[in-house]
Amino acid sequence: MAEPIVDARGVHKHFGALHVLKGVDLAVSERELVFVIGPSGSGKSTLLRCLNRLEEPSSGSVVVDGIDMLDPRTDINHARRRIGMVFQSFNLYPHMTALGNVTLALRKVVGKSRAEADELGLAALKRVGLADRAGHTPGQLSGGQQQRVAIARAIALEPRVMLFDEPTSALDPELVGSVLEVMRDLRQSGMTMIVVSHEMGFARNAADRVVFMDHGLIVEQGPPASIFENPTQERTRAFIGQIQRH
Amino acid sequence: MSTWDRFVETFFNAKVMLKYYPDILSGMVVTIELAVLIVVSGLLAGLALALLRALAIRPLNWLIIFVVDLFRSLPPLVIIVLIYFGLPAAGLSPSGFVSTWLSLAFVLMAFSEEIFWAGITSIPRGQWEASRSTGLSFWQTLINVVLPQALRLTIPPLTNRTIAITKGTALGTVVAVTEILGQASSAMSNSYNPSPLMMGAAAYIVLFLPVVVAARWIETKFAWKR
Repeated sequence: MAEPIVDARGVHKHFGALHVLKGVDLAVSERELVFVIGPSGSGKSTLLRCLNRLEEPSSGSVVVDGIDMLDPRTDINHARRRIGMVFQSFNLYPHMTALGNVTLALRKVVGKSRAEADELGLAALKRVGLADRAGHTPGQLSGGQQQRVAIARAIALEPRVMLFDEPTSALDPELVGSVLEVMRDLRQSGMTMIVVSHEMGFARNAADRVVFMDHGLIVEQGPPASIFENPTQERTRAFIGQIQRH
Repeated sequence: MSTWDRFVETFFNAKVMLKYYPDILSGMVVTIELAVLIVVSGLLAGLALALLRALAIRPLNWLIIFVVDLFRSLPPLVIIVLIYFGLPAAGLSPSGFVSTWLSLAFVLMAFSEEIFWAGITSIPRGQWEASRSTGLSFWQTLINVVLPQALRLTIPPLTNRTIAITKGTALGTVVAVTEILGQASSAMSNSYNPSPLMMGAAAYIVLFLPVVVAARWIETKFAWKR
């Protein structure tokens, strides 16, 4: 197996007295789509946020695309360009248009001129099917459209890895499909993706690997079929049983 | 002479007004100069303090909070008197104009820092995180993402406070600043007639009404659809 593009080892995270991550190892290969599932409070979002250092791990190591993310000498802003992130609550900038949202980092971080950034931004919006919404502000877009703009904002920077933190949890059911569609396209284009989500149908179809976390640890991982059909751990079985009853 | 005539004679005496309107006009110029200086320097200093406070350096923040709370609790008149009569003891002798300017600018700085700070802290964490996750630095995020949203929220309380403090230029009379009220009251004592005070009131309305209207216009212009 080639060098993993994301390599997290022995990651611990404490929030005060709370021990949220208790030594997590996660290696993700290029072009792999890894699904992280688990009950709320299991630490899956925190793990994701440790990968781009939105959360500072208490100990352990995180290497992304050969860059040691926890090294104080690492230019974290430069490193983050290579790691796109999509949030549950979209977090679009409400005072900017869709295109403004997508081009801000292109101009301020990558240093593109406004014209170049607009061109790249429009291309990114086109990829998520929203080129015709470029001039709309987030308030004028549906939840699904907002989340697709957020994806465009991330992919416009041509990241090596995309992190999705419950990208469809805040959406009305009928809007989920359009976001998953975009994620499927990304997957087909060969993007490496780590997805924290409860979209089991999508996991079954698209994921290479499903990671089940509980109480700050990875309990079990494997191909979707084996995790969903034949989990070996009791806790995994209980969790899968619970979510499939709905 | 009817009551009405006596009233007009007293408060809107044409002869007195004709004689003293140039004084009131020159007072207006002084008030405008003072007001512009106070608003520009006070708001800029307040914004600068709020931005420094965002850096979250503990000892620095304690100092900022102390200074801000001090200037928010002292009556502006006391500050003016302290600067005008106190600083000469330290070898500096600011004019009444400078004393008034500095005092009210400090007060506006203190109040506007609190307003800017409230605006900055009201922006959800997710905005910071989204911006930082795309590689923008702390300052780039503050300037491009957080501040534009925070400023919109701060415009209504900021304009109220700015107008209230700018009207405090009238306090300059105690340190012999020849602004509107100073001119009006000396004209009043020279003429034994309160008509100059009425002209002064009119001058304040002429000055501040457009500011209030402009503030309202800015508020509606900068409100965005959510």
